[in-house]
Amino acid sequence: MSERKEQSKPLIAGSGADREGLRVIGVPRRRVDGRAKVTGQTRFADDIFLPRMAHCKLLRSPHPHARIQKVDVSRALAHPGVYLVLTGKDMPIQYGILPVSQDEQALCFDHVRHVGDPVAAIVAREELTAFEALDLIDVDYEILPTISSPEEALATSEPRIHGYGEEGNIHKQVALEFGNVEQGFAEADEVFEDTFFYQGNTHLPIEQHASVAIKDPDGKLTIWSSTQTPHYLHRALAKVLEMPPAHIRVIATPNGGGFGGKSDPFNHEIVVAKAALLLDRPVKICLTREEVFYCHRGRHPVLMKFKTGAKRDGTITGVHLQTLIDGGAYGSYGVASTYYAGALQTTTYHIPRYRYEGCRTFTNKPPCGPKRGHGTPQPRFGQEVQLDKIAERLQLDPADLRLRIVEAPNTVTANFLRLGTVNLAECIRRVVEVSDWKNKFRKLPEGRGVGLACSAYLTGAGLPIYWNKMPHSGVQLKFDRGGGVSIFCGATEIGQGSDDVLAAIVAEVLGIDPFDVRLFTGDTDLGPVDLGSYSSRVTLMAGNAALQAAERGKALLAEAVALKLEVPKERLHFADKRVFDSAAPEKGVGFAEAICLAEARFGTLGTVGSYTPPKSPALYKGGGVGPSPTYSYSAAVVEVEVNPVTGWVQVPKVWIAHDIGRALNPTLVRGQVEGSVYMGLGEALMEEQEFRRLPKGLSHALVHKFPSMLEYKSPTSLDMPEVVTELIEDPDPRGPFGAKEVGQGPLLPIMPAVANAVYDAVRVRIDEVPITPEKVMKALAQKKAGRQPRFGPDHFPHVNWPEALRVPPPWEGGDGNAVNDVHREKARPKEKVLAP
Amino acid sequence: MATLPIESQKTAQIRFTLNGEEVDVSFAPYKTLLEVLREDLGHTGTKHGCELGECGACAVLLDGKPVVSCLVLGLECAGRQVLTIEGLSSDGRLHPLQDAFADLGAAQCGYCTPAILVTAKALLDANAHPSRDQIREALSGNLCRCTGYLQIFEAVEAAMVKIAEEGKEAR
Repeated sequence: MSERKEQSKPLIAGSGADREGLRVIGVPRRRVDGRAKVTGQTRFADDIFLPRMAHCKLLRSPHPHARIQKVDVSRALAHPGVYLVLTGKDMPIQYGILPVSQDEQALCFDHVRHVGDPVAAIVAREELTAFEALDLIDVDYEILPTISSPEEALATSEPRIHGYGEEGNIHKQVALEFGNVEQGFAEADEVFEDTFFYQGNTHLPIEQHASVAIKDPDGKLTIWSSTQTPHYLHRALAKVLEMPPAHIRVIATPNGGGFGGKSDPFNHEIVVAKAALLLDRPVKICLTREEVFYCHRGRHPVLMKFKTGAKRDGTITGVHLQTLIDGGAYGSYGVASTYYAGALQTTTYHIPRYRYEGCRTFTNKPPCGPKRGHGTPQPRFGQEVQLDKIAERLQLDPADLRLRIVEAPNTVTANFLRLGTVNLAECIRRVVEVSDWKNKFRKLPEGRGVGLACSAYLTGAGLPIYWNKMPHSGVQLKFDRGGGVSIFCGATEIGQGSDDVLAAIVAEVLGIDPFDVRLFTGDTDLGPVDLGSYSSRVTLMAGNAALQAAERGKALLAEAVALKLEVPKERLHFADKRVFDSAAPEKGVGFAEAICLAEARFGTLGTVGSYTPPKSPALYKGGGVGPSPTYSYSAAVVEVEVNPVTGWVQVPKVWIAHDIGRALNPTLVRGQVEGSVYMGLGEALMEEQEFRRLPKGLSHALVHKFPSMLEYKSPTSLDMPEVVTELIEDPDPRGPFGAKEVGQGPLLPIMPAVANAVYDAVRVRIDEVPITPEKVMKALAQKKAGRQPRFGPDHFPHVNWPEALRVPPPWEGGDGNAVNDVHREKARPKEKVLAP
Repeated sequence: MATLPIESQKTAQIRFTLNGEEVDVSFAPYKTLLEVLREDLGHTGTKHGCELGECGACAVLLDGKPVVSCLVLGLECAGRQVLTIEGLSSDGRLHPLQDAFADLGAAQCGYCTPAILVTAKALLDANAHPSRDQIREALSGNLCRCTGYLQIFEAVEAAMVKIAEEGKEAR
């Protein structure tokens, strides 16, 4: 018996070729890296074992906030088997993912800011030796007062966790106004004010972060690392190690789950790189699970206040959103997160006037950053729960209300985001239909309920992390005389299927099988830059670059084959590994021969493609966060059963419709939708990155409540409900073959849909995530006592907001600039933005 | 002369059957089966996510039963049968579970996959026709953060059908 031949045979016969002549795109297929994954041969960073490899461990601060007085490493250095001990002075240059937040050090020099902040590194012959030697490092700390919450941060200007930022412990403040919201509220029939709290949670990838660094034989540096952003790591390494970037090679190993948690350059990556250079031997680090909780960069805890004006027919007249964001101990992506928390509110429904004020504070906890949905699930939760309340007050069905106010496609929003295709209405109609919404909403027996919510998400961030005018993604193709094609691209496989996307697009264009394609990805030396696997950007950006490179290769092959066959090149068709005359299909050459003909004619064959997002009409300061080539849309209905005795919320079924543009590989797309639903349910019901104070008798330190997978509750196979996934395919001309994102968007409607369903089931509002049994019980007790049947925050603290930048929306004649920004010269709009 | 670091003192030596093949291995006696497999036998197909018995990513079959190899000492395995992901395919042919997982999207990042595959094999070996609830139960100790589990259940069910068909053909 021979193993099933690895080729992408459609699992559903005929589903591909029938559709616009596509043979690969749109066909449910085994992904190109599927075999490696099911045989355990995918090589993750910790699977790399090299001769003479040493092991690294980090000494981490036991204090949430302290000055380092003295570090004495002499006892550790004397320990048998220890090769090297590093401290902060060995790598003093600061780095960070954002140019405006270069606030991290590979090892803390004189200041630790959260429990888990690394202070020193041991490199030893054996991992256990390195562990043992950690105990032999003597550190004198001067304990500083701890800031445990944004409220404390606002009230405590000294000591500062960082010497930069707005003032005191305020990291970033944003105030933007698009039209006069007060006028909007004056025009409303009803004005709604609600406060919500969204607890932080973490990515919990099953793979712990790991890195291996070597000094190459020629003296350069190579590092393999579980990173989603090899290009940004490359830049950070060059900066901190003071090496020419050309002497550093970063190889992103396939990530064992990322979800945003491997998107920052990390201290452990820089440490092993430095150690490998000093020792001239391979150095590996693999974090423990506890350390992964300290790396964090997960969902920011956000307190929000929504004020929304609505007409009796549901038309929204204005929205004012305020957020107070718990950033943790470092900047990370936080400045972007602060803008994101206000950016996408306008993308789902028409909001004529919008004001956003956001404040991110530092606290002595592991830094928050980008987790799936980056900055947007929290305000989406508030917005969608508030809409449910608005619908109830206006006596409108929540689905009908939303259908009335859905934003139009190809619109420029109040905050100057240019939308692409918008099939949100179709998503809503579809989930209403398949869930039998009309027969369930407010009609199910007590304890059972349904809730509906919607969302939108970027298909790739419109701007890079650091300002430059270069492409966001590049692809090189090499054509082999044997009929194979190699793809070289910086794109990073984190499980989402980025390799499969590239292979499918190239194979479709060239009429070959995805398994005829070889991939060299995530390697800063082998392939051109792709900015990384974040912001749902790979399918559209790397995909478009691959499409361009493939089309250029196709043109060369077509020209050579046309000469040989003596037919016009426009008549040539590429399919089934052949290039043939579409008027006489028997007349043709094999794909390998086509390559040989082209190589004979043009010399060595190689093509390139690249992608740069379109310019955004948002010209005001902060307008760089939010723009995207196009946005995905989702609508979900969640059914819940609430036990009135225990408060336990169970989810038997979820219906979700996602506006994908086009599903390149429907098997993988469904996986992204269901994986998002799963992760959304975890956030809605149980996941929380929580902290507590140790008893006074101990250190009274602020520590992670449960840095373990057992106690950090996440849904298991027993908790996962049935999910009905509906894909809405309306190809968006901006995406390759019309594709939009799917990795993050479908998570966003789940949390508010659960909250709305809980209300439908037991008529209590849980204005907070996660919706734990304890909160449900408290709200039920309130209801029973005749008080407000609700659990959630009841106030929003006073924040000294700066004067808002005033940007008139397009329909008030705005050109994308702020009218009152004294620090910024007005940019000339690239085109006239017309009112819809 | 300085003492040899403890991890370098490979004073334990055992013989056991790994994926149908007898192996001798020496290692530091405190090591877990997970560490012996990955570090001393080069079998890196078995992964780890916590090394505390919480995530299930390191599951292997010990005498046909799923165990989290991070909680089993290497020394406990003398004379016993261990099956890892490397032993799931045979005669150069993927196990039906592997084919089904690859075809049906049951492996996304692929990190929890090896452990889920061997756990599913143990289930199907013990019960040729498990219900969806029995599959859920059997895999409830294996955390997966990518898939939402549903495509995993479907892949186990597809493999179950395939194995039954192959069994009929063989008779």
